[in-house]
Amino acid sequence: MRFGVVRFPGSCDEVDALMACRRFADAEILWHGDHDLRGVDAVVIPGGFSYGDYLRVGAIARFSPVMEAVSAHALAGGLVLGICNGFQVLCEAGLLPGALLPNAGLRFLCRQVDVEVVNSGTPFTRGCATGDTLSIPVKHTTGRYYAPEEALREMDAHGQIILRYAEGRNPNGSLADIAGVANRDKNVMGLMPHPEHAVDPLTGSDDGSCLFRSLVDETVEGRHRPPSQPDDVEGGRRPPSQPPKGSARVAEARA
Amino acid sequence: MSGPAAAAAHRALGLTDSEYDLIVEKMGREPNGVELAVFSLMWSEHCAYKHSKKLLGRLPTEGPHLLMGPGENAGAVSVGHGLAIAFKVESHNHPSAVEPFQGAATGVGGILRDVFAVGARPIAILDSLRFGELTSARPRYLLDGAVAGIGHYGNSIGVPTVGGEVYFEAPYEQNCLVNAMCLGIAREERLIRSAAAGVGNLLVLMGARTGRDGIGGASVLASAELDSSDASKRPSVQIGDPFEEKKLLECCLELLERGTLRSLQDLGAAGLSSSSAEMASKGEVGLDIDVSQVPLREDDMEPFEIMVSESQERMLCVIEPENLGELEEICERWEVRATAIGAVTGSRRLRVLDTRKGTGGEEVVGDMPVEALVDDCPLYDLEPARPDGQIYPAPQRSLDSDERGGALLALLASHNLSSRRPLFEQYDCLVGSRTVRRPQQADAAVLSLEADGARGGIAVSIDGNGRRVACDPYTGTVEAVLECAANLACVGAEPLGLTNCLNFGNPEKPHVAWQLERSVAGMVDALTELGVPVVGGNVSLYNQSGDGPIYPTPVVGMVGAVPDVERVAGAGFTTDGHTVALVCSPSAAISLPGSELAKLLGHELPDGLPEIDVAGTRRVIEAVRDTVREGGLASAHDVAEGGLAVALAESCLAGGIGATISLIEYGLQALFGEGAGRFVVSGLAEAIEALGAHATAIGTVGGEALEIGGRWSWSLEELREASGALALAFP
Repeated sequence: MRFGVVRFPGSCDEVDALMACRRFADAEILWHGDHDLRGVDAVVIPGGFSYGDYLRVGAIARFSPVMEAVSAHALAGGLVLGICNGFQVLCEAGLLPGALLPNAGLRFLCRQVDVEVVNSGTPFTRGCATGDTLSIPVKHTTGRYYAPEEALREMDAHGQIILRYAEGRNPNGSLADIAGVANRDKNVMGLMPHPEHAVDPLTGSDDGSCLFRSLVDETVEGRHRPPSQPDDVEGGRRPPSQPPKGSARVAEARA
Repeated sequence: MSGPAAAAAHRALGLTDSEYDLIVEKMGREPNGVELAVFSLMWSEHCAYKHSKKLLGRLPTEGPHLLMGPGENAGAVSVGHGLAIAFKVESHNHPSAVEPFQGAATGVGGILRDVFAVGARPIAILDSLRFGELTSARPRYLLDGAVAGIGHYGNSIGVPTVGGEVYFEAPYEQNCLVNAMCLGIAREERLIRSAAAGVGNLLVLMGARTGRDGIGGASVLASAELDSSDASKRPSVQIGDPFEEKKLLECCLELLERGTLRSLQDLGAAGLSSSSAEMASKGEVGLDIDVSQVPLREDDMEPFEIMVSESQERMLCVIEPENLGELEEICERWEVRATAIGAVTGSRRLRVLDTRKGTGGEEVVGDMPVEALVDDCPLYDLEPARPDGQIYPAPQRSLDSDERGGALLALLASHNLSSRRPLFEQYDCLVGSRTVRRPQQADAAVLSLEADGARGGIAVSIDGNGRRVACDPYTGTVEAVLECAANLACVGAEPLGLTNCLNFGNPEKPHVAWQLERSVAGMVDALTELGVPVVGGNVSLYNQSGDGPIYPTPVVGMVGAVPDVERVAGAGFTTDGHTVALVCSPSAAISLPGSELAKLLGHELPDGLPEIDVAGTRRVIEAVRDTVREGGLASAHDVAEGGLAVALAESCLAGGIGATISLIEYGLQALFGEGAGRFVVSGLAEAIEALGAHATAIGTVGGEALEIGGRWSWSLEELREASGALALAFP
């Protein structure tokens, strides 16, 4: 299992994401100017200020060469996780529904928040249980999730709302307390909280680990193969109704 | 330029007649406009430290862990494991007073460049801020802008802001202080110096284009040579671009990793003039700079403007000519502009050339001896005189009664002591994955050295208390240094080195000179006792307005080693039933005059503070540090502003648990008096006993309230609400 973490000019959390991934699997940096994902199983688009983000956040990054490859990977069923700026980029690229607006408080906000798992039937959250509360930090200026009402209803109907801020903990005014969403096929997910900053109790919490572990489980079990093996793509997708798997499987698979 | 015209120009540029005569003597002729502009900046207080250099020479600069001392872009200490921590604090007071957002942002940008200029990857930012009372509009505007500016730069470039301090006092109403400190990490052998070397090597300018922004000291000259109405529109505060600097940072670190560079220097105050002259001076070489090669934002810039521009996000390096291709390749990959603008010569002169079209081929537009620029600025003796009495007016009274119950809540609600959460939440304190203790979790920020789980770490704290230094420049400064060491002790850190920023008023005034001299004397004595060297720093003088000077504000930033980050104590009580103890030396001198409570009560500042037993305080600090290192204490918190009662309340709030306290006496001085070297700690009774005679058990952790002496009780909710006062300044 190998993660690829994209580095744009202005990415800030790419090394953090790389180190977090390496706790669970192999991982390498993917350069923004490359068209090639080097055969990674899952792509992480990290936090930061891609290309300075002096325009609308993520608006330039979506046009970078690597994003063409990421889009192709996603459309072929490959796994993509966007964190913070990565979430913004994925929304700009049209790979995820909705948009991120400036925080209700209009200021940058760095805070440890409680996030509830709304749907554990995805490749990103299968290691958690629905209703689990995760302590994960947020840090952003532009994290207020928004989608039109109809889109929101559809997302809800298809189980695309994956994470919500716990009641009373919404830090940025996100619609319906939404902290993380997926596309309809559940192979692309974006979230504003930073799971890569919650993989070690020493630095605050390890509740973010379940996302990375889930992706490893999913890949190791062959549910999601890289798109370079197209035979497996269609058959490999796990229906959302399937109950979440425990992380014991990772240990098994590694042993 | 004729004699009289030049004479008028030199005065307008801030040079005295005798300084000008000395320049003529060193040059052997009258300087031309370019040369005068360069000299005026190199011989400015900012670059030449002409009023402070003699004093700074007294500071201890040797220590067992020192790798790089004052004189480089940043100092560095060894933290073991073959790793070095480079660090420095610098002021950006005047730009921030003009335009707080960009002033503070570029202050951060500048100190980051200082740190990666020595080859270290920046891993932490701290800041020390001073504003007027938030009851008036200007300080609120300055605070809001400065905090947003620090966040904008630090957050965008991906370096965590892990700590800092802010105080509000009337003497900073017009002249705020914005000091930024940065720490970087490098393998010891990767540290690089700024000395230019190797005749024939190339001088390469990297980063942003050069514009007319920030032509600060030379603005008068600018208006003399340009249409004055144009010049007046130009902002003299630089504009920061953290994205440009992020690319520059990554690019420089890759170049250093590959060994492409011979030396590296950042461009700060006085731009190309200062950076090139310093590089040449340290390398004992000369430099030729062709200003026509410098990429410009505006085509028609004069050579002197190019030489003195303070455009941000630029670095200067020396490379061997055969490495130019490799440098260009790496710079292109990072989308960083790089241009060879000159060469190292053996002449020991800084020559400024202009080969632009229409100038008739190569023209030497400036030719100055490097030594004269860097070393020959006259140094002045201060003429200190102790003022007859306290020169600062009494603070405005804001508390009617000294009734204990109300006084504690009033102190917690005062802007100097209330929770800093509304400020530090605007900073990313996490990026880099090293942050083991976040702001307000412990007395010092704690960072792990390696994010791969190695147990070693560092702690860092930045401190200063202008009002206490105004009461007694010597003792107040000793207190600031000891408080910094005490903060490190609370997380088990042994101090390795210190950086300072001396923020004072006009040193030509005898009473300010006296403050400066006494303050430095205090710093020397405290550091000598602690065995901690100064690795570098900054002096910011002339901080005054029509209302008089600021409080004298030496700010010290101390870095310490933490052998095991798993054993770091926090500031908050943790466990029901733990013993609470007050740890201090028997000779600890505490007093009410000059304290936060005295300020709220509108008391006059005293003319002097009680003498501190520095050696005794050091022993207490070491005892606390050792006990924390052994993992014996559940919490450790320095007793500072607001005294014992405030420290107890803070430990309750940080831990979300109450305490019941019993003291021998409950006078105002016992509860709210201030002085160096006291700690509130908690832990199992055996651990407290291990602290020996220094520790006195004063109570027990538990409950939902802080109770003192069975007479006063404050619920956690009450304390929390009072402590939340600063949030009201950020609606």
